[in-house]
Amino acid sequence: MSLPTVVSRPTLAVWKFASCDGCQLSLLDCEDELLAVVGAVQIAHFTELSRAVQEGPFDVSLVEGSITTADDIERIRAIRQASSLLVTIGACATSGGIQALRNYADVGEYTATVYAHPEYISTLAKSTPISEHVPVDFELRGCPIDRHQLLEVITACLTGRRPVIPGHSVCQECKGRGTVCVLVAHGTPCLGPVTRAGCGALCPAVDRGCYGCFGPADTANTSSLARQLITVGTSRADVSRLFRTFNAGSPAFREESLTYDSPETGR
Amino acid sequence: MTHQRPADSRTVKVEGLARVEGEGSLRVEVRDGTVELVELEIFEPPRFFEAFLQGRRHTEAPDITARICGICPVAYQTSACLAIEDACKVAITDQIAMLRRLLYCGEWIQSHALHIHFLHAPDFFGCEDAVELAGLDLAAVQRGLEIKKVGNLVMEVVGGRAIHPVNVRVGGFYKAPSREEIAALVEPLRRARDAALASVEWVAGFDFPDIEIDYRFVSLRHPEYYAIESGRIASSDGLDLDAEGISELVEEQHVARSNALHARLGGQDMYLTGPLSRYALNSGQLSPIAREAATAAGLGAVCNNPFRSIIVRAVELVYSCDEALRLVEAYEPPDPPAVAVPGTAGIGYGASEAPRGLLFHRYELDGDGLIRAARIVPPTSQNQLCIEDDLRRVAQANLSLPDEELGWLCEQAVRNFDPCISCATHFLDVSVERL
Repeated sequence: MSLPTVVSRPTLAVWKFASCDGCQLSLLDCEDELLAVVGAVQIAHFTELSRAVQEGPFDVSLVEGSITTADDIERIRAIRQASSLLVTIGACATSGGIQALRNYADVGEYTATVYAHPEYISTLAKSTPISEHVPVDFELRGCPIDRHQLLEVITACLTGRRPVIPGHSVCQECKGRGTVCVLVAHGTPCLGPVTRAGCGALCPAVDRGCYGCFGPADTANTSSLARQLITVGTSRADVSRLFRTFNAGSPAFREESLTYDSPETGR
Repeated sequence: MTHQRPADSRTVKVEGLARVEGEGSLRVEVRDGTVELVELEIFEPPRFFEAFLQGRRHTEAPDITARICGICPVAYQTSACLAIEDACKVAITDQIAMLRRLLYCGEWIQSHALHIHFLHAPDFFGCEDAVELAGLDLAAVQRGLEIKKVGNLVMEVVGGRAIHPVNVRVGGFYKAPSREEIAALVEPLRRARDAALASVEWVAGFDFPDIEIDYRFVSLRHPEYYAIESGRIASSDGLDLDAEGISELVEEQHVARSNALHARLGGQDMYLTGPLSRYALNSGQLSPIAREAATAAGLGAVCNNPFRSIIVRAVELVYSCDEALRLVEAYEPPDPPAVAVPGTAGIGYGASEAPRGLLFHRYELDGDGLIRAARIVPPTSQNQLCIEDDLRRVAQANLSLPDEELGWLCEQAVRNFDPCISCATHFLDVSVERL
């Protein structure tokens, strides 16, 4: 990621593809910092906040959502071309999101399930992350992203340094806050050992297993965790489902979910 | 209409409608001085939730459907929980129901505060956004942020996270917040309630276009409370239905221009859900503070002016702070925090009041508790025909305006509904064509 020295009042653009709006809402959820952020940048394009739209080029583009239509591909290429830095925010933009569940199925059948006139629907067979189509300067993960991490990324972009975002697992966050391990102590299926930190280990803190909404950590040993989940009594189908949610399109989770998709024993 | 051109024919388009949640556009066609066609297009791409819920566990529905909308995830989680609990014939305890209502109050507070101060109010000042509005009235924008922050705080304390809460499960919650954690919400909620009262006074002073529409109001109604997280469905023409009843009566139509499905209730008739409907049907159940604020703001028993929905939303904002305070003060941690909901074969229905209107779900489960079929009907699909009808009336009454101003007024008319396009795709650009 090459971060240019920052010019005064750089332009910030926020873009949306297939998504729930939650990650861009995270920016509006920075109630204490929002007015300072919009004072430090020029909001050039952010339709959830403003009807004013400026033409590019843009110093920083934040991109939410996954690519699911042919038109999306053209749009993301144009955005990349107009942007000095392009940062993807959230599970949809970084791994295809929950809508990447279609990648395991027949999208024609999906369309027929939801819509009476499938012929009106224009959609691609797969939901794919932004990085599959254009070079991305930084990927911020989470479903939704953590707003403190978002502020760190924006600050880093504005000051021309690399964002400090950890790649370790949720386990370290549990240890940090002193949460008893739900997998070891209670046998609760938990993806914490293979899931990227960033949320603050929210799920184990409410006595539930991590469900992997931040996607795989940097060195995720998913096959070892999957064997442990079987050991604590999780069915193969449930192991497969656990890996197949909001980051179903990320390679590490996809591979494990496919391994346990079939009834035969393996691993 | 003094400057209306003879034989006014044009198309006014707003591409990429702003200050709404999601992607859509608006198109108004005018021929010989008459608005002929109004279309709200939804080009938010389809995400196929109903399809990929098939084969998932019944316990997964709240977390998966939350991802339909980052603005109102609790609405999705609640309607999903209600429907699954109904399918499995399990009743939750009163204490769990009240904690669910408190979480939902948090979502109403953050969503209404966002819509009033950031998405809707700038229109009344001719501002592009709340940032420009802050230059005119910084205190109002800051007040909106403070209220919103308290809504998010409630969601974090009860739900574990403001966007896509992690503590909600079918049957209740993973962990009940402690009395101390809940008691710490009292001071912030009192501040938010005072701020919300100031916001009611603020929005009541706006200039509103003169328009009255005879809506068919539909909302939940609860015997004891202003309906939020549960109740039966009532209407201004006397319907009294349960969630199954409305699910059977509402037909969704798929039209070529839109990736959202249009809903009709009982065949042909359009109907309105959301704050105006809830207020028309249930205002007698508002708390005394919220009722007094409504009266002081000039609201009668029913509000038929869609532009004045911002006042009704502000009154509901006061109510949700006030109601959250009542729930906080009466809080007893549910023990256990959830009732067991073993998956059984069955069909279940659930309905709740998202900040922008009625949201209902239907699930069919097999004997292993796996979802065989799902149906999700979001508020914006239900409101789409009303939105288009409002647009036709507003455009027709204001044809003397130049395209740009007419386009902006049409956008504002859409924002009256606090539409959530992300939800409805499962919705907006404005264009006016004079042909």
